[in-house]
Amino acid sequence: MPQGSDRMNAILELRGRVIKGGRAEGEALVSSQPISFYGGIDPDTGIVREKGHELEGKSVAGKVLIFPHGKGSTVGSYIIYRLKKKGVAPSAIINQRCEPIVAVGAIISDIPTIDCVDISNFKSGDWIKIEDGKIIVERR
Amino acid sequence: MYLSKDEERMLVGEFGYAMQKAMEILIALGKIYDAEKLIPITSAHISGVSYANVGEDGLEFLEELASDGKVLVKTTLNPAGMDLDRWSLMGIDREFAENQLRVIDVYRKMGVEVTCTCTPYLVNNMPKLGDHVAWSESSAVVYANSVIGARTNRESGMSALAAAITGRTPLYGLHIKDNRQPTVEVRVPQPDGEFGFACLGMVIGRLVGDGIPFIKGMFHAEPDELKALGAALASVGGVPMFHIEGITPEAKEYTDRSMEKLVVTEADIMSIKKEYTSEADPDLIFLGCPHLSLIELKKIASVLIGKKVRKKLWLCCSKHVKLEADKLGITRALEAAGATIVCDTCPIVAPVRDLGISVVATNSAKGAWYSRNLNNFSVKLLSTEECLREATE
Repeated sequence: MPQGSDRMNAILELRGRVIKGGRAEGEALVSSQPISFYGGIDPDTGIVREKGHELEGKSVAGKVLIFPHGKGSTVGSYIIYRLKKKGVAPSAIINQRCEPIVAVGAIISDIPTIDCVDISNFKSGDWIKIEDGKIIVERR
Repeated sequence: MYLSKDEERMLVGEFGYAMQKAMEILIALGKIYDAEKLIPITSAHISGVSYANVGEDGLEFLEELASDGKVLVKTTLNPAGMDLDRWSLMGIDREFAENQLRVIDVYRKMGVEVTCTCTPYLVNNMPKLGDHVAWSESSAVVYANSVIGARTNRESGMSALAAAITGRTPLYGLHIKDNRQPTVEVRVPQPDGEFGFACLGMVIGRLVGDGIPFIKGMFHAEPDELKALGAALASVGGVPMFHIEGITPEAKEYTDRSMEKLVVTEADIMSIKKEYTSEADPDLIFLGCPHLSLIELKKIASVLIGKKVRKKLWLCCSKHVKLEADKLGITRALEAAGATIVCDTCPIVAPVRDLGISVVATNSAKGAWYSRNLNNFSVKLLSTEECLREATE
């Protein structure tokens, strides 16, 4: 059946492990590199500022942020909390393998987070819906 | 992960907001590390106290937790960003001081003992062999596992607080005996004093990364020397514990084990000192990273008596140890010589750059490492005796 060019199609449904439960949706922002929230993301704007990072200059605000795992200082958990308070946090997080900095940050900030998912399934610009461990991927 | 009926009720919020959040954190960690269940702990030690690190956001979250959260086990606190009583003497500004005291008040409200030290084991937070605890502060973690034989993972401030609020921690990592086995044998010469042990810690930390060394070749080691060794091991590598043949409590179980073998020489130990040879005159000389014990304060006093300190010399310790030193007249002797006893904090977590300091001298390998890598100071690493000579010349 022909589709309009701006039409999103559900192309994939995946299941992962719930780190922080909840329901969320948003545009995917995918990084193949790990992310350090402390020092790597501006806590007031949500813009990635780590020099040379593949997401440098992009905003995580409202996105479903998809990356292999966190790295860096445990202060990163508080940075995630600050992003949330400033209204520029990701709407959800998907990791290949979640580690404690992101897990604690997501829990204290109430950001739905899933891991144990093959993140090569996602492309930036996909529309992602998640509900607890279920992920629906829509693509143009 | 298996949860008891009570734990399930904690998770759904029947025991309030703080308990629920704390339980969510522990369960997430349990999933990440494949823990089968939670186990009870006997004590906790919490880092993340300096306002310089916690910030307004961290403080806001701590305030949310303190709305109905209380710790269930003995819980001590890591150093703050200033001496809680004598901050103005340190040169700390009022705004920072007020914010720092807000952080302290939140912890106090939750029932945490405001010890403000990186050496909880010197202020009556002393677990027993085999006890499960949840400690953050990497040097204290190494001491608990290696010297005391208690069992803790390298917790973050937040995971240690979650453990304190629930009285539990997920069963994984160093709580399980099999994971406490040494990974590499390191033959060493007998180091000389706390300074020698600290330098040895830097050498071994680089060699073993986050492994568990089994150290052979030492004849004796004082608790203060092991404190210095562990602090260095934990700061340069990610070492969570060590064994020393004939000295630490769990070493005997692994004496005959075959494993990769490394050798450290006297020259390797001496080379550490050469990495920190700032030419400039230090603005600050500090001893007490980790915090000084009463014995160390006594030794310093015996050197300084009759001398005059001519540079800024900070002797960092807990208030608990200072009170003991007060009773023995040690504080008076040290202050008469011109030294400053700084409690509750250290130059690593205090905003010392704002105090106009850029060159430091210390006997601490950990202190030297963080002074350079975190605070961008120019650093001289000297033995205790050399530090005191530098201060009095």
